Amino acid sequence: MTTRAAPILEARQVRKSFGPVEVLHGVDFSLRPGEVHALVGENGAGKSTLMKCLTGYQPVSGGEIALDGEPVTFASSDEAENRGIVLIHQEFNLAEQLSAEANIFLGREVKKGFFLDWKHMRRRASELLAELATPVDTRRPVSSLSVSQKQMVEIAKALARNARVLVMDEPTAVLTTREAKVLFEQIERLKAEGVAILYTSHKLDEISRVADEVTVLRDGSFISNRPASETDADRMARDMVGREMSDLFPQKTAPRAEAPALEVSGFSVPGYAEEISFKLAKGEVLGFAGLVGAGRTELMEGIMGLRENSGTVRRDGKDIRIASPRDAVGHGLSYLTEDRKGRGLLLKYGLRENLTLLGLDRFSRLIVDETAEKKALEDAIQRFDIRAASREGPVGNLSGGNQQKLLLAKTMLVDPEIVILDEPTRGIDIGTKQQIYRFIHDLAEEGRAVIVISSEMSEVIGLCHRVVVMRSGRITGELSGDAITEEAIVRRAMGLESEPLEEVA
Amino acid sequence: MTSANAESPPAKSKTRSAPRFDLHVWGPVIALVALVLFGMSLNDQFLSAGNVTNVLARSSFIGIIAVGATFVITIGGLDLSVGSMSAFLAGLTIIVLNAMVPSLGISWVTIIFGMLACLALGLSAGFLNGILITVGRIEAFIVTLGTLGIFRSLVIWLADGGTLSLNFELREVYRPVYYGGIFGIAWPIIVFALVAILGEIAMRKTAYGRHAAAIGSNDQVARYSAIPVERVRLVTYMLQGMLVGVATIMYVPRLGSASSTTGLLWELEAIAAVIIGGTVLKGGFGRVWGTVIGVLILSLIDNILNLTDLVSPYLNGAIQGVIIILAVVLQRGRKGAA
Repeated sequence: MTTRAAPILEARQVRKSFGPVEVLHGVDFSLRPGEVHALVGENGAGKSTLMKCLTGYQPVSGGEIALDGEPVTFASSDEAENRGIVLIHQEFNLAEQLSAEANIFLGREVKKGFFLDWKHMRRRASELLAELATPVDTRRPVSSLSVSQKQMVEIAKALARNARVLVMDEPTAVLTTREAKVLFEQIERLKAEGVAILYTSHKLDEISRVADEVTVLRDGSFISNRPASETDADRMARDMVGREMSDLFPQKTAPRAEAPALEVSGFSVPGYAEEISFKLAKGEVLGFAGLVGAGRTELMEGIMGLRENSGTVRRDGKDIRIASPRDAVGHGLSYLTEDRKGRGLLLKYGLRENLTLLGLDRFSRLIVDETAEKKALEDAIQRFDIRAASREGPVGNLSGGNQQKLLLAKTMLVDPEIVILDEPTRGIDIGTKQQIYRFIHDLAEEGRAVIVISSEMSEVIGLCHRVVVMRSGRITGELSGDAITEEAIVRRAMGLESEPLEEVA
Repeated sequence: MTSANAESPPAKSKTRSAPRFDLHVWGPVIALVALVLFGMSLNDQFLSAGNVTNVLARSSFIGIIAVGATFVITIGGLDLSVGSMSAFLAGLTIIVLNAMVPSLGISWVTIIFGMLACLALGLSAGFLNGILITVGRIEAFIVTLGTLGIFRSLVIWLADGGTLSLNFELREVYRPVYYGGIFGIAWPIIVFALVAILGEIAMRKTAYGRHAAAIGSNDQVARYSAIPVERVRLVTYMLQGMLVGVATIMYVPRLGSASSTTGLLWELEAIAAVIIGGTVLKGGFGRVWGTVIGVLILSLIDNILNLTDLVSPYLNGAIQGVIIILAVVLQRGRKGAA
């Protein structure tokens, strides 16, 4: 190898804690001019946190960030940007109603006396976009641009700030294959100009193509660092997983081998899931694995009548039609959303109002029976071990774990026979996770059919009798029994093994 | 270890938020009591039966409408059209009543048909607002700003720029609905009280009220909780329309006419009363009894200024404005705590 340039931006033994929880345990990472360094890991491995530490969005709790070899502390992302370090968010940070040129110079407008020098900014914006092979009219509002054009505006914005380091958070997640190709060409060009690029993606094949160097994180720790030429998608996948199984999970008990309680066939949610078919028996825990954005949540929301859908759903062998969440609940289905704060709980309201919101008709004829509600709350607090200092206080003040237990109690209050749990342990501590695993296990023991969507491999493996793997809105595999391994799941989730194969335990 | 951690944040906020919440609840009540005491000290006629009846009866139109507005605002909506709607309903009701005189004569039967027509028209007007907002997916502000103009313009057109007057003899029959009463209490006050009590029960004790608050608080949570969000919204605008109808039924016998100035700016008074009463303008929390207090506060200010020469009655609007802004400042204090 030729001699490499000295790193522009480095993380040296960086640690980061949120409250008492440490999420980065001393990570080393460096970016060199003219190179693309890919950062890979599962969800929750600490990629985003590391990126935010590098770009001034979050201060480090330990270790240091070094710029040109000198330790620095960025007070804000603005300060990092002034030093030429720019993070491009996955969800773009553009003012939709403003023109492309206004966005490119947002906060750094060029002035002539008192007035904005539009002429200059327009010329410069056009030049930048032309260099990026995106010759759009810079006067057009950003809202009228396509997703890839918006991304190029983001990059142009970064370049207008003389970026030396570009941090790209899953830039291709929202792009079509053709749009991604344009992006890769531009990345090559930026490399040639000496820009250092940090690149993250869940698409490992893409990383092999784009990156010069690959660093793998797992559970907030540094796992490996290799030149891209010495690693491949399989190797990366192995590094990403390979966690030991602990005794977090209750012993699985065999499902009652009965006729399926739920059969879904040829089910589609336009734009998210295509031709999905699966079966679910009473007492069974069925996992849905895949990457974020694989369409699992949208599929379940479709089944619950929360999204437009088509296809057949059968309950106990009978065709049913679900047009609204109310229909779904009527047919014995209940869904726990992954978005606890945005879709699950009314954060300003107390425990009682939240608990009974889904099953309120069970507590009311003409008037809501508050006594019965209070009793139900007592029962739920007992059963799900919800710890709250005040029952009347807003649930927004509860810890994530207690919120989740309350949400689970709310979901179970309609006594569903089919329970769909979407990321049931997201953002909660390990102790509560274990409790929730126990609840899920008990639900199955009671003879309910349970679906668990999870992006945590260990959870899927530890809890589920069978696992369906999805990728890009389609089922890419189904595993059961001993065939459920992290590697098998990751390979299917990443699309390395795409033919659906039925394995019998 | 983790559980101890989990418990500490709510414990902290409980001690902190409780006193502020109380101030927020009692603020409007204290303001009302202060106004009453102030009024008593300025004029000994203030608490006379005549004056009290006058204040209450005149507040009842805005009050009945404001109870509906409490629900609309609680679901996170807004209805700017209520004042114009009331004028429009008054105009149509008068036309219907006059048209029925030849066939049904001067009788209560005619009046009752007129009342039913007024209610039905109110429901339809509310339905129109609601359907445009829910099915048409147009912002409530825009829809009701539009219908505000439409209703107002229609009544002016119906009156041909002048005044629509109720048949004189029929008016004599209808008169007691506003001027009469039972046990010395005027009918408008009784109806207002009934509407307020039923409204308070609906808000506080029924599934509908809970759903309305949930929708205003976070309509996604409501949707994911199997609440038929759009239907509840539609029903709420219809409820508002119907209550405008009720208020109009009480209003028509008062003057026996409808013109371009009927119900002018009622929507703003209703919204002001709702906000003063502690309902959150962004939705998610409504308090019907608070609205009643808000209505009373606004009428009392008007009344006190008219009874005394302390401040020019022309400054009424300015004082009401200050009170509205103060009420919102208090509301913000509560949000900070939550």
